[in-house]
Parts: sequence; C-alpha cells; structure tokens
Amino acid sequence: MGKMSKQPHESRLHERYLRHSKKFPNVWCAGCGIGIVLGVIIRAVDGLQLDKDDVALLSGIGCTGRMPVYVDFNTMHTTHGRALAFATGLKMVRPEMKVIVVMGDGDALAIGGNHFIHAARRNIGLTAIVVNNATYGMTGGQYSPTTPLGALATTAPYGHIEQPFPIAELAVAAGAPFVACSTVYHVQELEKYITQAITREGFAVVEAVSYCHTTLGRLNHWGTAPDMMRHLKEQSITLKQAEGMSDEAKRGKIVRGVFVDRDIPEYTQLYDQIIERAQREPALSLPKGAA
Amino acid sequence: MTVQLTTRLMQGDEACAEGALAAGCRFFAGYPITPATEIAEILARRLPQVGGRFIQMEDEIASIAAAIGASVGGTKAMTATSGPGFSLMQENIGYAAMAEIPCVIVDVQRLGPSTGRPTSPAQGDVMQARWGTHGDHPIIALSPSSVRETFDLTVQAFNFAEQYHTPVILLMDEVIGHMRERVELPDPATIKRVERAGTTVPPEWYKPYENFPADVPPLVPFGEGYRYHITGLHHDERGYPTERPDEVQPWLERIFRKIERSLSDILLYDQDGIEDAETLVIAYGATTRSARHAVELARERGRKVGFLKLKTIWPFAEEVVEHAAERLHHVVVPEMNLGQLVLEVERVVGRHKVRRVNRADGEMIQPAEILAAIEEWEWVK
Repeated sequence: MGKMSKQPHESRLHERYLRHSKKFPNVWCAGCGIGIVLGVIIRAVDGLQLDKDDVALLSGIGCTGRMPVYVDFNTMHTTHGRALAFATGLKMVRPEMKVIVVMGDGDALAIGGNHFIHAARRNIGLTAIVVNNATYGMTGGQYSPTTPLGALATTAPYGHIEQPFPIAELAVAAGAPFVACSTVYHVQELEKYITQAITREGFAVVEAVSYCHTTLGRLNHWGTAPDMMRHLKEQSITLKQAEGMSDEAKRGKIVRGVFVDRDIPEYTQLYDQIIERAQREPALSLPKGAA
Repeated sequence: MTVQLTTRLMQGDEACAEGALAAGCRFFAGYPITPATEIAEILARRLPQVGGRFIQMEDEIASIAAAIGASVGGTKAMTATSGPGFSLMQENIGYAAMAEIPCVIVDVQRLGPSTGRPTSPAQGDVMQARWGTHGDHPIIALSPSSVRETFDLTVQAFNFAEQYHTPVILLMDEVIGHMRERVELPDPATIKRVERAGTTVPPEWYKPYENFPADVPPLVPFGEGYRYHITGLHHDERGYPTERPDEVQPWLERIFRKIERSLSDILLYDQDGIEDAETLVIAYGATTRSARHAVELARERGRKVGFLKLKTIWPFAEEVVEHAAERLHHVVVPEMNLGQLVLEVERVVGRHKVRRVNRADGEMIQPAEILAAIEEWEWVK
C-alpha cells in the first residue's frame, strides 16, 4: 500500500526538481549510473522535505561534475578537485544550508585528495558523494585513484600497477563522522545512505560505485552496461559478510554498508562558539585548566 | 556622531586586514606564507569579534576557492598570499572572473621566481596579476605605496569587486606589508562601502547573467530564493553551459566592457608637475617612495620632472600615460623587477622615450638610482 501511494508522487519528482529551462538530454552515456545517483539525491531531498532554496549542490569537473546543472537547487559547477573547498566557504557563511557536493573519484581523490582528507578532518557539515566510476570517463578512460590493479586504461595500456584507494576507509581514517558505501545497482540502499548523510551535521561521505562501461568496461571487455550492473550486484558484499573474510577473498569485491557513524562536533557549530567567545574575551587566552 | 580619527602605529599587513573589515569583509580563507601571514593572523583574531568567519585552509588553491564559495553565499570575502601561493590561485581567479563572483585577492609580493627570497620585496607579480590565468578576461589590480594607502585601497578593492562582480587583486609588496607607519584611520561611518546590487525581478523572471544593467550581472547570493547555476564553462544568460559562438564571444566582450566603460571610476592615480615637465617618472607600490624622493631631488636641481603614481595598475591607465607623456622627451619607470609594467609604458609612448630602472635583488630601488636615470637624459638631450 505504501508503495502504491508513493508511486504517483514519485512520477512528479522530475517536474518538481529538474530544471525546465535547461536543455535536455543530459551529457551522460546511455547506461551510465550517474543519472541514478542524481535520482537518488532528488528522492532523498524530497523524502526529507527540504526546501529547494536551502539546498546547494556543488560539483567539480568530469562526468559527475555535470550533475548540478539539471537540478533546481542552488547549483555550482566549480573547478577540478576543488568543489569541497568552494563548498567549505559557502557552508561557513550559510551554515543553515544543506550543502551537497558530488564528485567523481579522480575529482575527489586525485586532484582533490588534499581537500577531501582535510574536509573530513575538519568535519565541516557537507554531504560528500563520490561517484566512483574507477576511471576518468570524460577524457576517455585514463587510470584514476580507484582503477583496479591490473586493469587496462588508456594511460595503462600494459595494465595498471597502482593500488586503488579504498574510499570509505580513507574517509574513516581522515576523521569523517559518517561514511557509507553502496552501488548504483542497490538504489534503495544508496538512497537510505544519502538520506542519512544529509541529515548528519558533520562531514558525511557516501561512495556510490558506478563503473564506467563506455571507457573502462570497453577497454577491459567487461561487457555491456547491464553486464556491469550485474557485476555490481554479484561482486558486492555487505560489511557483515566481509567480516572475517581474508584479504585474498575480499579482493575485487565492493564492500557495502555504513563504515562509521559517530558523533564529532561539526566545524561551523564550533566556529559559532568561537564568535561568541571572541566577543566576550581576548584572543590567545588559554581555557581554564589548560597548561 | 563625531568624526574621530584613530591615530595608530600600524603595519601594512595590519592596515590591509583593518581595511578589509572596514569594507565589510566578513570571511577570510588563507594559508600561511611570508610576508602575508600577518593578514591571516590578524583576521583570525578580528573577524569573529565582528561576527565574521576565518578559516585556515589546506593550501592556497582551497583558500581562494573558499573565498569564492563564501562570496556566492553573499558575504564579502578575501584571501591573502604571496607569489608562490598567488601562482597556485590562478585557476580559481579565472573561475571568479568567468563566473563573475566578487572577491579580493591580496598578493604581498616577495622576490621570485619560485621560493625566491621570502622576506625581500619585489614587484615581480605585476604581469602574473594580469595574465596569470588561462584565457582572456579583464582584471582590476591595485597597488598601495604606504600603510594608509593600503587601508584605503583594500576598501576600494572590495568596492570594485562588489560593483563590477569581478575578482580584484591587491598587489602589495614586502616593504609595504611589513613597514610600520603612523596612520590616521578614517571614521568608519565616513567610509564608502559598495554593496552587491542584486535584482528587483521575481525569481521566475530572473536571469543571473543578464547584460543588465550596465553589463554587470545581477547575481543574488545562494539561499535567498533565486536558484540558479554557476559554472566555469562558457554559459548563457541563465548560467547554463553553451558552445554557441554567438553566445560565447559576446559574453567575453561584455565582461571586458563592464570594466572598460567604467575606467574613469576604476583608474586611480596621483600626478603632479606634469604640465611643464620635460621628464616624467611613473611608479607604483613601494617604489613610489624612492621615486617621489628622486623627483624632489631633481626639482631642487632645477629640472622639470613630472610624477605619475599609479594606484590602479590593471587595467593599465594607457590614456593617462599617453596624455602625460605626449609632450615629454623622457619617461623613467623604476620597478623592483626586470621590467614588467614598463612594457605597457613602452607600448603606449614608444620604446625610444623610456628609460627603465630595475632591481630584482631583494633590495629597494634607491632615489639616487632613479635620479641618475632622470639626469642621464640630460646627456642625450
């Protein structure tokens, strides 16, 4: 019954959230998972009943970077790798806004890797969604920080010899209070995680695995878009299933789940306390009891 | 309210920080670097006192990005750095020019290239301020020559940024940044502050990059009911990416036009003794101080020397220079580099008229060196 009543509403989401003035179709290849992530973000925002004026969607450069232009939020397509830094400035002066940042794996972890770990360490209240397609799709399939070891890429014509970044583990180690991972096959799970991430006050990371069939898939003969979707289904395991598995057994598997969900004070809220304190007492005075 | 002047012994970097606050700056993002660090330190203490926000980012790329992000949120924003950091900021300065986001970038110049000499003055970033980014776009760059002028031009930088929706660069140098002078600061109530114009149309009619009025786009801060798109791609009036040649170049011409049509407002300079001069000295920044002294010495010796101090160095005051140099035999241009703004002077007045005085060894140019260049022309004549 619940599903039935949700249906007519869902069918109108595109009217409510996509920009009517924007020229369609979108830039993504048929079969690409980035549109699925966009749909998930829209359903999450709708489910939370957020006011569109209070939502900002920022991106960097690449296939995922093209996502914000289609959506009727406050949207900003920034420079390569820097979306989190732009978003940090916006969040600092508009702490009441829900600032969502979408990035690709190259954008977030190669050119933007420094900003990614520091935003996590700082724990500023952003929702960081990393669409992991394991390649540079827009430029045609060069190896990225998450390209699997041994895979072919246009810049690894003899096979890739670098270890991929485990995004979720990296985010946990860098200090993010909420980190989750799912895939574009597991749409409802992804929606649940992105919804949770948006509601968290600190830096919340969701990795959405969505391998690029046009470049990486073609180069490595991984099959068509549906074949690769099937791969996401069959080659992913839950955190619970991963427990106790050897590293050897886990190789090549996508581990889904909530990696961490912990309370750490959020940056702009701490800064509000700084403002309060600065107006009350002189700077550089140590708190009582400090050495 | 009584008009009160606050007299203080103040450092140039401090004057920059206080000027920013006086202009209404309420966000600063930066990264430590000599000789600009003091600006960040002062604003870390001062901004929260006035309800503003400070953040030390992980690098200069992030600093300029955060400043642009804050400006998109409607807050006047600044970052400050020196040469190495200024190099890192270039891509995002281009983004601010492309997306027409107001922001102020302070570059307290030190001797380069590369790490160079961190605590030595230079004016080596003049051309980088103009041409450091890829692609064509206009820029406004101001260069103060004293502590008080640093205060005034920082305020002015914010006003230009907000007025014309553009990044504005404040090119200081190590001498001006670290020098202490007795200054009288103006009563805050008397300081002219420009606020972002915004729009009067309802959201459904709103086009963020409309050429109206006066070629300056009516950008409204995020979060105020006008949802729109900002991008570093070439875009149309709505902010959506475009590849149409008939939209791309007219847009580019508009962002130049919005600056060019207001040159009388933007070009700031002081001149004296130009009417009956035979020789003209053109200087900017800290070098102005030696140049002024040299001009006075030359005049004491009976020479007719005019003086033009440029406070706005970009856009280059070509008509002013052209007019001032028209009837003159000689133009002397001292700079703490191996010849940068002098290229513009030579372009406008012709190479044969121009004598360069350059130092790029980390030391100030001495008045005697400029005087010698003024007098050298006597031989030629």
